[in-house]
Amino acid sequence: MNHILVAKEVSKSYGEHTALNKVSLEIPENSIYGLLGPNGAGKTTLIRIINQITHPDTGKVFFNGEPLSQKHVSLIGYLPEERGLYKSMKVGEQALYLAQLKGMSKIEAKTKLKYWFDRFEIGDWWNKKVQELSKGMAQKIQFIVTVLHEPKLLIFDEPFSGFDPINANIIKDEILELKRKGTSIIFSTHRMESVEELCEYIALIHKSEKILDGKLSDIKNAYKKNIFEVGMQSPEGLGLIKKLKSTFNIADEKFDEAYDQLNFNIQLTNTNTQEVLTQLASIAPINHFLEKVPSANDIFIRTIASKNSNE
Amino acid sequence: MSKLGLIIRREYLAKVRNKSFVIMTFLSPILMVGMVVLIAFLTKLNDRDKTIIAVLNESDYFSNEFITTASTSYINFKNITVEAAIDSTVSLGYYGLLHIPNKSTLEDITSNTFLYTKESPNSTIITKLEKVFQFRLEQKRLQLLGVSKEDFEEISSSFSLHTSTFAGELNVKGFNEIRAIIGGGFGYLIMMFIIIYGGFVMRSVIEEKTSRIIEVIISSIKPFQLMMGKIIGTSLAGITQFVIWIFSASLLLTIIILVFDIDPASFNSANQMADAGMPSVANISVMNEKMMALGAEIYKIPWVMLISFFLVYFLLGYLIYSSIYAAIGAAVDNETDTQQFVFPVILPLMLAIYVGFFSVFNNPHGPIAVAFSLFPLTSPIVMLMRLSSGLGEGGVPIWQLVLSIVLLIVTFIIIVWFAAKIYRVGILMYGKKPTYKELYKWLKY
Repeated sequence: MNHILVAKEVSKSYGEHTALNKVSLEIPENSIYGLLGPNGAGKTTLIRIINQITHPDTGKVFFNGEPLSQKHVSLIGYLPEERGLYKSMKVGEQALYLAQLKGMSKIEAKTKLKYWFDRFEIGDWWNKKVQELSKGMAQKIQFIVTVLHEPKLLIFDEPFSGFDPINANIIKDEILELKRKGTSIIFSTHRMESVEELCEYIALIHKSEKILDGKLSDIKNAYKKNIFEVGMQSPEGLGLIKKLKSTFNIADEKFDEAYDQLNFNIQLTNTNTQEVLTQLASIAPINHFLEKVPSANDIFIRTIASKNSNE
Repeated sequence: MSKLGLIIRREYLAKVRNKSFVIMTFLSPILMVGMVVLIAFLTKLNDRDKTIIAVLNESDYFSNEFITTASTSYINFKNITVEAAIDSTVSLGYYGLLHIPNKSTLEDITSNTFLYTKESPNSTIITKLEKVFQFRLEQKRLQLLGVSKEDFEEISSSFSLHTSTFAGELNVKGFNEIRAIIGGGFGYLIMMFIIIYGGFVMRSVIEEKTSRIIEVIISSIKPFQLMMGKIIGTSLAGITQFVIWIFSASLLLTIIILVFDIDPASFNSANQMADAGMPSVANISVMNEKMMALGAEIYKIPWVMLISFFLVYFLLGYLIYSSIYAAIGAAVDNETDTQQFVFPVILPLMLAIYVGFFSVFNNPHGPIAVAFSLFPLTSPIVMLMRLSSGLGEGGVPIWQLVLSIVLLIVTFIIIVWFAAKIYRVGILMYGKKPTYKELYKWLKY
């Protein structure tokens, strides 16, 4: 597999504070890569190193196999978490300026801006000053400016903050569309539901170190504990549980009176799913039988908790 | 266009399109010219309001000493008492009454002469009158000693010391002052430019921080490029403003002088000096001669040298100070936090101006003047003041000029390097007001 970006043992410290400690990452081409971690873990430092805003103390970063250098600036698009625009500048003029700073010609930038402004139906904003726009409107402009020069690698730091749900959805669809067109995307966020939806790969950064990375589905498989969630018809309420508990390893039982349904988790010892299901079905009708796959959020919290307790 | 060019262009346009900048650019010359016109008008008004002094002369002396001039006129009263004279002075609304009694000796007369006025009289009039009596007394005593009036005029010819450098170059008295004022003017211009446009650079950096656009921009270009582009763009806007000021002010002034027919000579102090001086025509012509000599000397000032070095010192001085301003802007979150950092920056500038005016004025090549013209944070201002007296023999020694420029360039490199470091770290720091200790730490990031 080709990697668009490889970081090898990257370290960075500010005075006595270590922001990154030997972090290595491999970001596959044409994937959406989630960079997760609590506040202050070092995500932003890592992103700034990739953008060559700061430079690592030790370690190396490779872009498309080459050592990262100034010429790669125009191949990367970055939407920082702390983002804004010049307030007293006109929207169109400002977008042109930022596009030209990324190395586009004025004519090229104008054509592409027109395409994006039409796509987002904001053509009449061109001559407005930024201070007349709402926060959400300004965010749209920032998104356009980030992707305008068709970078090979896009870095979004909390891209959905500041958007209402409808516009967040539009942006999400645009991100998926960009991925479909072949762009590689780094996605830094705390919002786990968007990680589930978008990311194929994740890396978890905690206290300046990478503590987990890989394909999200692999990680989930590794983290699942062979627990199934069962919903069973049971007119007599919780009475059924005793009988079940003598045979199976059961926890978290609950009775839902509205549907006369008994819910519980069952721990399987080996891959005898079919067998267990048959046994259960013989006791009472089964409404659902579902493997409990850990959510990204569960993995996030569990990994960090175990890391903290180890220290 | 190169990226630096793009930044310079944006900074320039952002500045010149700014409303308050446009208003300042076009309003200032009008205000300035308006001020000059107002002063000229008030001066004229003042002149029209002549001081009239009644003279009751009972003695035989002082028959024609009181000559009516542009600002003062004398009315003679005859054959009335002092009381009657005072009454008529009051009823006619004259400024005052000068009473010269009839006594046997000049000494007696002068010691019994009185000036009666409504309020305490103004000092120019007293000086003027005193001079008349003083002159008369001196004449009288010289006559007693056997010196005739003609002899006295011969003797009383004024004397001024001619000065020359060791190389034999003649100096005109008062010329050093004029040179110092021209040099001081250049120095003052540099100081004003640094304070005004350095402040603009600082505010522009703060704006980028508070609007949070900074991180977007420095993912495309290096912070150093942004800082330099900002400094250059802002200074170009400043130069534009200065050029507009100079052109429009001189245009307006010309129009006003033509339309209102104001005599530019009324701003000339020579008129007043002659007015206050001795009632002698010879003095005025001496004064005019001096003026012409000074004019010739001003013409002899090495303008080309002075303006070329003005540009050198202006450029280096401005770059040093504005990069410090940029670093300050990067270090803080809002303008109110800048005070503690800006004051130490303005301090050497103020010091340079004051040292310049007090020390260089008196002694352009004294030890203090030399020291301050070498010290890089004050040299752009002080050296220019010294340079107006020339370069090489009789002026600033060449080694001092070279040393001062070398020191300035070295300082420039060091300061810009430090400022760029603080800038680079500071633009991404939010939320806390840094201390000097923290700024020092940033240098090591």
